[in-house]
Amino acid sequence: MSKKNPPETAPGGEITRRCVLKWVAALGGLAAGGGLFYGLNYAVSAPAKDGKTIWTSCNVNCGSRCLLRAHVADGVVTRIDSDTQGDSEYGLHEIRACLRGRSMRHRLYAPDRLKYPMKRVGARGEGKFERISWEQALDEISARLKKTIADYGNDAVYINYGTGNLGATLSISWPTGNTPLARLMNCLGGYLNMYGTYSTSQISQAMPFMYGEYLGNNALSDIANTKLAVFFGNNPVETRMSGGGMTYDLMQAKQKGNARIVVIDPRYTDTAAVADEWIPIRPGTDAALVSGMAYVLISENMVDTDFLKRCTVGYDEDSLPEGIPAGNSYKAYILGQGEDKTPKTPRWASAITGIPEDKIISLAREIGGAKPCYICQGWASQRHANGEQTSRAITMMAMLTGNMGLQGGSTGAREGCANLPVAVFPFLTNPVKKAISVFSWTEAIKRGAEMTALRDGVRGADKLDVPIKFMWNYAGNAIINQHSDANETSRILKDESLLETLVVIDNFLTPSAKFADYLLPGTFNLEEDDIIPQGSSSQLEYVIFAQKAVEPFFESRSIYDICTGIAERFGVQGKYTEGRTRDAWLRKLYDDTRKKIPELPATVEEAFSMGVLKRKAPQPPVVPYKAFRDNPEANPLKTPTGKVEIFSKKLWDIGHTWELPEGDRITALPEYLPTWEGVSDPLRSKYPLQLIGHHYKQRTHSTYGNVDWLKKVAPQELWINPVDAEKRGLKAGDTAKVFNDRGTVFVPVKVTPRIMPGVLSLPQGAWYEPDAKGQDHGGCVNVLTSLRPSPLSKGNPQHTNLVEVVKV
Amino acid sequence: MYKRPAFHIDTSRCTGCKTCMIACMDKHDLPEGVLWRRVTEYVGGEWAARPDGTYTQNIFGYYLSIGCNHCQNPICVRSCPTTAMHKGKDGIVSVDHTKCVGCRYCEWGCPYSAPQYDAKLGKMTKCDFCRDYQQEGTAPACVAACPNRALDYGEYEELAAKYGEVNVIAPLPDPGITQPNLVITLGKNAKPAGSKAGKVSNPEEV
Repeated sequence: MSKKNPPETAPGGEITRRCVLKWVAALGGLAAGGGLFYGLNYAVSAPAKDGKTIWTSCNVNCGSRCLLRAHVADGVVTRIDSDTQGDSEYGLHEIRACLRGRSMRHRLYAPDRLKYPMKRVGARGEGKFERISWEQALDEISARLKKTIADYGNDAVYINYGTGNLGATLSISWPTGNTPLARLMNCLGGYLNMYGTYSTSQISQAMPFMYGEYLGNNALSDIANTKLAVFFGNNPVETRMSGGGMTYDLMQAKQKGNARIVVIDPRYTDTAAVADEWIPIRPGTDAALVSGMAYVLISENMVDTDFLKRCTVGYDEDSLPEGIPAGNSYKAYILGQGEDKTPKTPRWASAITGIPEDKIISLAREIGGAKPCYICQGWASQRHANGEQTSRAITMMAMLTGNMGLQGGSTGAREGCANLPVAVFPFLTNPVKKAISVFSWTEAIKRGAEMTALRDGVRGADKLDVPIKFMWNYAGNAIINQHSDANETSRILKDESLLETLVVIDNFLTPSAKFADYLLPGTFNLEEDDIIPQGSSSQLEYVIFAQKAVEPFFESRSIYDICTGIAERFGVQGKYTEGRTRDAWLRKLYDDTRKKIPELPATVEEAFSMGVLKRKAPQPPVVPYKAFRDNPEANPLKTPTGKVEIFSKKLWDIGHTWELPEGDRITALPEYLPTWEGVSDPLRSKYPLQLIGHHYKQRTHSTYGNVDWLKKVAPQELWINPVDAEKRGLKAGDTAKVFNDRGTVFVPVKVTPRIMPGVLSLPQGAWYEPDAKGQDHGGCVNVLTSLRPSPLSKGNPQHTNLVEVVKV
Repeated sequence: MYKRPAFHIDTSRCTGCKTCMIACMDKHDLPEGVLWRRVTEYVGGEWAARPDGTYTQNIFGYYLSIGCNHCQNPICVRSCPTTAMHKGKDGIVSVDHTKCVGCRYCEWGCPYSAPQYDAKLGKMTKCDFCRDYQQEGTAPACVAACPNRALDYGEYEELAAKYGEVNVIAPLPDPGITQPNLVITLGKNAKPAGSKAGKVSNPEEV
């Protein structure tokens, strides 16, 4: 490790006073902020010394992936710019970073950057630590891990969801099962698996029942070839902000074609602002809108009966599976011939969605008449208590109109993108087969041994045998900030008789890091070499080669070396490393990547000097499911019938066997289901406002939430409509108290007509700043969200919340 | 060397992402509160409740990224009592810090908020069109950064020929005041200068 430390660090990791002064001088500050355990001042802007610029990347979980160029002088990053390699041709265009990537210098040198390994000294969550050596940290963590495995077995060890460095290959933090920590645990007998993600829990678990897999869709660039584009809860301008990716693809498609673009969202998003029409909708009601439009399409004979007959089952009574009672087809549900005897008329849908009846009718006719029509959904619509239903329902608009498998058409899923595969760090096989949903870990800490397959979604076994006792958390802030119900989660974590050990590896003193028993400083991505697979982009295939720009900060250590240190203490170093250093792995993975991409140069050094390899994806964009549409018998989907299962027999069976809490349902058809804390919950008499938490340009989830520049140009604010603000005497800039039974948040308000009346949005990801009473002053929406999982995926319904707001 | 150094902004492409602002801050290390480039959010429209509990609305919004327009008739230069603020031979309006006394008259004069006071220096600062980058043949930091390619720069006559001569949009002032070297492509939501249809909804950010 000594080679990896900055030259200013004396052998043994001790920082001498002279070294500190030199660091501070190099970083341009006079006084080090933060003190002993973390923090320094920001570096000063300067051009690269002797023109020394290094290609690197931004690796956070926005879905995009950007090329950055670090200017370096005297071992310090002094300026960041982005792709400057030429922009003349769409498809080989510049991968220009968004505001967050451009602020990287102030993230790299943020005042709360961790310097040393630390051990908790106060109560858990208090954020009090003492500095320890790496030796002590690795010895003690290993001893605790051995004890957990001996006392409870490997099932009691869990690797929590962390996406702060998911763009990497060697230091990859997600998918959790593909990380260096997973490889380590697989060498030690395994760990409790997870399924699903905080981003896509409901859609990712629901789609396979209807389509046999996570459903793809045409690329956004195909909007150039369509007549009408309809976005359900999809906001690429704010969620895919890279100039190499979706926001730019949308601009290009708009310019190239003549499609009218309609955005359906509770908020007038930045995507809605560049679209042709905004249709505000109450959160969690997209499936009602779809049903109301389906009623129009069916009753006005605008459905593609040929496509439905050839490619789907369950649309009408003739194609229901054997043994299913009559009245269970989609058509019967829509026309009111099913069990509920309720025709899903536009008027019915209007009362639920808040969209005027005439607008529902006109949009349905427009979708039915546009040939082809591009329909897509973001992941906002599905992040609800009925999200599994909603995500399937939205795709019905594409199925009813037969747009699947057409150029300029769509499936109704999230937009597709180009892909250039690179080699994957081998994570070995987990001997433990049990898995919980990504959202269930607090339950598994509290009552793990009681959790079952039918009640709690346990997979790989009928039940769990032990609770979680040891947890790893690498590059993640889902311990407290991004998980739900921060107050309840905090109570669970603070009970040290439950979770015995929490190890956090991060760059900063995040809200989650404050709960660590051992807090280890990981290297920042600008401090290590890595291979960076591409982000979402319609027409550009690429891979970034990120070279180490500066030495690791103080005693920061790479995740690979941390895991090697643990493996040593378990006597499995040989199995873990296969005799390779991190650098040797990088070269191996580069060589493996070259086998997939033969045009890459011979050495990784040449790749580093290139920074990025770009390749044009086919134009017009590839049409997914075309073969299926053309000949479904020869090219079946992976569903039991090989067709689109509008009625899913599997879901029918699940709906009749799983043990669900009162009010929750799982239905075979993509029906609209009202939910707890939804528009029709009687709780609205106490908490009248629906609260969502949109993705905000200041942050990628919580990453960059500590960067001063970003907080300044995009401050954390609660969005509230003037109608709701006036009733409560709230004016722009006032501090509001937002609350429900789970907690309280104090936050300034943005009074804006850009959000519909009755709905608030508190941008998700702001850092939790609880006071002594647990009331948050950072604007963290997850103080107000619920731990109750959605029925099928057991996922996080973080946009399903009822609250009240008052002026402070 | 420019005769009229100009910026172009395409408001149909500007999504208010503020990447231009951060690129500018990083390059020039702007201290807190000093914004050489600013992005305004201009929003208007009304909500109307219907008897059935639904709403109709005509909400619109757009963003506008503005640095310094290096005007032909720069009011900041006219306002400066010490001749510190000046328009160079290259057309770039700059502050001579050996002459600036930080009186802030230029700040009051400029309707685009281009001159920005640096409290630590006690002097005015402003967009210098990334003069050093231009000497190297590269674009200003803000323009090169724009993810949606909403910004462009160059000689005014060339930009005007390429994009048209529009420089009027709300909430910008009447261009007759300073003759800005600014070319605007209007998006579908654009409102004329002086319009009361909307208002700047992020005054604290600009």
